[in-house]
Amino acid sequence: HLATSLPLPSERDHLRPRIDMIVFMIDIKSKYSLKNVEASLAYVDASFFLGKVCFLVTGVGRVNCCSIEMNAIWKLGEIYSSPVLFCELEMEGIRVATAQRLLRMLQICAGHIPGVSALSFGSLMRSSAND
Amino acid sequence: VAPGLMSAMESVDGAVRTLPSIGRLSRGLLFGGVHGRVGLSPSSRLLPPAPPSQENVDSQKTTFLLRKQWTLYSVTPLYRFSDTHLKDYARLLSAFIAAEKQKGLAVEIGVELGIKVAISSLPDLRGSDRDQAAILVQLSSRSPASPKNSEEKVIWSGWFCSVSGDDFSENVPEDFTCLPLFLANGAESYTSIVGSWFQKTFDCCFRRLAISPLNLSWMAAMWTGCKVDKTASAMELVFSVPHLPQPLDISYAIHPEDAKALWDTVQKTPGEITQEEVDVFMDCLYSHFHRHFKIRLSATKLVKVSTAIASAHCDGIIKFLQSQYLTGVLMLLTELAISQIQ
Repeated sequence: HLATSLPLPSERDHLRPRIDMIVFMIDIKSKYSLKNVEASLAYVDASFFLGKVCFLVTGVGRVNCCSIEMNAIWKLGEIYSSPVLFCELEMEGIRVATAQRLLRMLQICAGHIPGVSALSFGSLMRSSAND
Repeated sequence: VAPGLMSAMESVDGAVRTLPSIGRLSRGLLFGGVHGRVGLSPSSRLLPPAPPSQENVDSQKTTFLLRKQWTLYSVTPLYRFSDTHLKDYARLLSAFIAAEKQKGLAVEIGVELGIKVAISSLPDLRGSDRDQAAILVQLSSRSPASPKNSEEKVIWSGWFCSVSGDDFSENVPEDFTCLPLFLANGAESYTSIVGSWFQKTFDCCFRRLAISPLNLSWMAAMWTGCKVDKTASAMELVFSVPHLPQPLDISYAIHPEDAKALWDTVQKTPGEITQEEVDVFMDCLYSHFHRHFKIRLSATKLVKVSTAIASAHCDGIIKFLQSQYLTGVLMLLTELAISQIQ
């Protein structure tokens, strides 16, 4: 399910399946996308931040078009205790690899991988990012 | 799970390294290790020092640098370059250009009779004594139409410089000279010939220096704060709107006094600017625009900034307008050039 911002329209609440993971996409070329994500975060229930949220920064291949300061994104990851992933949508290989990665994370968040919980995976990602 | 993670990280990293060959995707500082932790850009910068009442940059000598469009390049350190051999270099470069012309590569029909090369040093263009003095290369010629003994006209200029690049030059081995910023004005064909000669002779590498919207907004903020004597020209920001069938540019002109007044309310510590202050300044300008035109400039790409001090374009083109702030602007450009090299 794709949404341009949160909160999701309440009319469809009863039809919506359970949400297992939220990926916030930030386009490095658009400062507005960061502002939009920051505003939308306010509508997310605290329980999601136990490993079910991640930030996906797109457009990293075009650093010369960068409108966002990286510190702001790292800070966001820290404040919300959620991993920050990077990808370049314009390259098919990266797109596919990133999609596979997100799918794997989703399986963990949905509880389909025995022995790995969203919380333990989230802290694994955070500690490897800090290395 | 872990192996899947690693290969995805590598492929992103690999993408950042291989992207330059694909269209206009650019290599990044995003994953550079410059500031220790991956991906950090400076959160604050020192402001260029206010122009001294006595000019230590002799404005006479540098006037010819003003009001011209300079194309920016980053240059890796030059191997075995010596500023005592400038006349020899000029001679060698002149021979090289003549040879290239014979090969038919310098094509500008009916223009040159003979290209004269002059290489000189600009000792005042530097941040401190630890910087290498700037080196100026000028190509001049006499047009075939003018009389034999008439003045030669400068047809191309290029200069290497380093302002406050000492952090970088300190870490470079002995035989290397650091002049990371190169500025060129004149025909692209000459830039390419001169560039090739330097690359061949001093084993260095030139790359076009693009300026990201993020850095352009730093320039807008930094330059707005500068005091200008006479009536300043309006501050102008140009934005390009992506994803439209026909390209659309938005030009936003702001009265210089209003811009300065806004900046003065934002900036706290004199002599230093933080990323936060730049963000607040730009956000105010964007909200003002949104209130009037219902357009979100933050979703567009800032491509050009013009103030009374200088104007800069994201393709890496700069124009200096005030000689007293020349070194200040060069300091920021040197920093960008060094980031691109590392």
